[in-house]
Amino acid sequence: MSPRRPGRPRILARALPLTPAVILLLLFLAGPIAYCAYIAFTDLQLTGQAHSSFVGFDNFRAAFKDEAFLNAVWLTLVFTVLSSLVGQNTLGLALAALMQRASKPVRTLVGGIVITAWVLPEVVAGFLLYAFFRREGTLNAILDWLHLPTQNWLFTLPILAVSFANVWRGTAFSMLVYSAALNEIPKEITEAAEVDGAGGWRRMWHITLPMIRRSIATNLMLNTLQTLSVFGLIWVMTRGGPGNRSQTLPLFMYEQAFQKSMIGYGTAVALLLLVVGALFSVVYMRLLRTEV
Amino acid sequence: MPVRPTATPLLLATLLTATALSACGSGSGSSPDTVKISFKQSTDNSIRVMDTYLGQMKKEFEKANPGKKVELVPIKAPDSEYYTKLQQMLRSPKTAPDLVYEDTFLINSDITSGYLKPLDTYLDKWPDWNQFIDTAKSAAKAQDGKTYGVPDGTDTRGLWFDKGVFQKAGLPADWQPKNWDDVLSAARTIKQKVPGVTPLNVYTGKPAGEAATMQGFEMLLYGTGDGKTDPLYDTAAKKWVAGSQAFKDALTFVETVYKEKLGPDVSDALDPNFGTTVRGELLPKGKLGIDLDGSWLPQDWQKGAGHEWPEWSQKLGLAYMPTQHGQAPGKVSMSGGWTWAIPSKAGNPDLAFKFVETMQTKANAQKWYIANSGIAVRKDVASDPAYVQAQPGIKFFTDLVASTHYRPAYPAYPKVSTAVQEAMEGVTTGDSSVDKAASGYDEELKTATDGQVVRK
Repeated sequence: MSPRRPGRPRILARALPLTPAVILLLLFLAGPIAYCAYIAFTDLQLTGQAHSSFVGFDNFRAAFKDEAFLNAVWLTLVFTVLSSLVGQNTLGLALAALMQRASKPVRTLVGGIVITAWVLPEVVAGFLLYAFFRREGTLNAILDWLHLPTQNWLFTLPILAVSFANVWRGTAFSMLVYSAALNEIPKEITEAAEVDGAGGWRRMWHITLPMIRRSIATNLMLNTLQTLSVFGLIWVMTRGGPGNRSQTLPLFMYEQAFQKSMIGYGTAVALLLLVVGALFSVVYMRLLRTEV
Repeated sequence: MPVRPTATPLLLATLLTATALSACGSGSGSSPDTVKISFKQSTDNSIRVMDTYLGQMKKEFEKANPGKKVELVPIKAPDSEYYTKLQQMLRSPKTAPDLVYEDTFLINSDITSGYLKPLDTYLDKWPDWNQFIDTAKSAAKAQDGKTYGVPDGTDTRGLWFDKGVFQKAGLPADWQPKNWDDVLSAARTIKQKVPGVTPLNVYTGKPAGEAATMQGFEMLLYGTGDGKTDPLYDTAAKKWVAGSQAFKDALTFVETVYKEKLGPDVSDALDPNFGTTVRGELLPKGKLGIDLDGSWLPQDWQKGAGHEWPEWSQKLGLAYMPTQHGQAPGKVSMSGGWTWAIPSKAGNPDLAFKFVETMQTKANAQKWYIANSGIAVRKDVASDPAYVQAQPGIKFFTDLVASTHYRPAYPAYPKVSTAVQEAMEGVTTGDSSVDKAASGYDEELKTATDGQVVRK
């Protein structure tokens, strides 16, 4: 028996209620994205130019020849790996795992602190950490009190400082994702493993991690994409400096598009940033594809 | 070159967006009796100097021109975002105001984009234009020789010094260096005799932005030659100057300041908020010997401002920045400032210029200069005792207007300025030698100006 195919009028009738939504999506989402993609192939400037023209792949070629761009790509990778992959992700998991065992008051307190950092607006967090790392800042005050050498962290280790800032701000998200995932693991399985004599690390490695694999993938992907687009935090703390030593791709893009008015080039860089994000996503999907 | 995207959906989506966006801007339309005026409103709510002034002008204008209305369209944003917003407004006749407040820094860019209207036909018939100082008249003159804006004041730059620090160092209270070496040797004396004080501040590097280029580098560079030719841009050849000894000399000065630790600690100098620290902390607390800075500093120290410090005029001395070897004209200053311009897509340009005339009567211009700690660009105001006595220091900075320079603020300038800052930063941190930084600048200059470069 062949399935009954709905007739043309029925499809239309079903599609009708969707039309406004589709049109709105096209207008306000697909439209601007397509327009951006188009601009990336022109030499459009915000000012200083009477007419813009189509330049093909020139912007992209220019980017790969531009040392400052390559520097920004490298710093973006460092920033993402340090703060998102290593920092937010592992720290979030560790916090979630520890909090499973913690008493309720401890759980509330730690959770409260971590989430406060997350709820703060990016710019406010940026100023807080600027105040923490600057020469007369809190960190140096502590080091001084411990009789350890102090330095201007934002000047000597800018990319580490902003990475730390991003970990500080973003760990809460991972912690929430992992807390939810850990709660989903049936108690019986862990108990059974415990009875079989598996220690904490073995349980983590052979049971917990495989079971929350999908959450890890989701979390890594969301974290990475969010970290790739961090702008306000770095802007407030270092403006990408000193020199270009903390200039990640979003800051580089801003400099090209709005400080040097080269909208076309800036948009091309934005598209390349999208590609970097997509590459990360593909890698995660590959790594974590096998189902439990 | 016409563009034909192959994918139909892409084109469709773009078209749809374009329609939607232009539909958003429609509506009001320009009434022939209303003049719309856009200006930069301070992001600090307690500062309403311009709003108040324009409010008075609006009243005066509407009274003198019955039936005509003035509509003020403030844009509340920091500088760089103000430009961006304004440029977007100027692109379409539906959003373009009749009169805009333009920084001389970017006016030439906007002229090249075709955003602004030449004002020569109005200026020819306007007797007050003769009162404007020649250098100020050229502030908004484009490469085509036409004038696109009426300046409403300017700023100049010089050396601020701490009399207390100078006394401790055994330096005179009426200090006036004759050349660069005098400046450096005063700084060296302070370093030796007054520990704990930064001897000399010269803004540097990308974090300081245009302050590094203008208060820092250009104050040096424009003091190298004969004071008549432009060391950054060859006006005759219409090309940017590369490979000049003058450029290296100016860089060497910056290198000396930071290498000999006469300036602030490098990591402080490269802190994006250092300008605020200088005005708000170092100078008022007597922690800075000499500061190469702008005429507007007292704005921050006036009553009601963030860092009230009315006794600054007793504590600080003023000296003009000397030329490199003390050659004529002996002193150097840089000027910028803002102008009133009429967008090419304005609906009521005639009425807009009439409003400019109202704002620029002698009395109103003077009122404005005093209100915003500006420096007069009108001869009649500059010589008026009421203006000269309005604030300490105002005479010193106004006298500098005669020997001031305007930047070659052509469309490539913002990029050239960034290249200058990068070169400065290289020698400040010690990452590159003067030669390497200068050749790096030459390379950057070629890219920034599309190869419009001449070697000197």
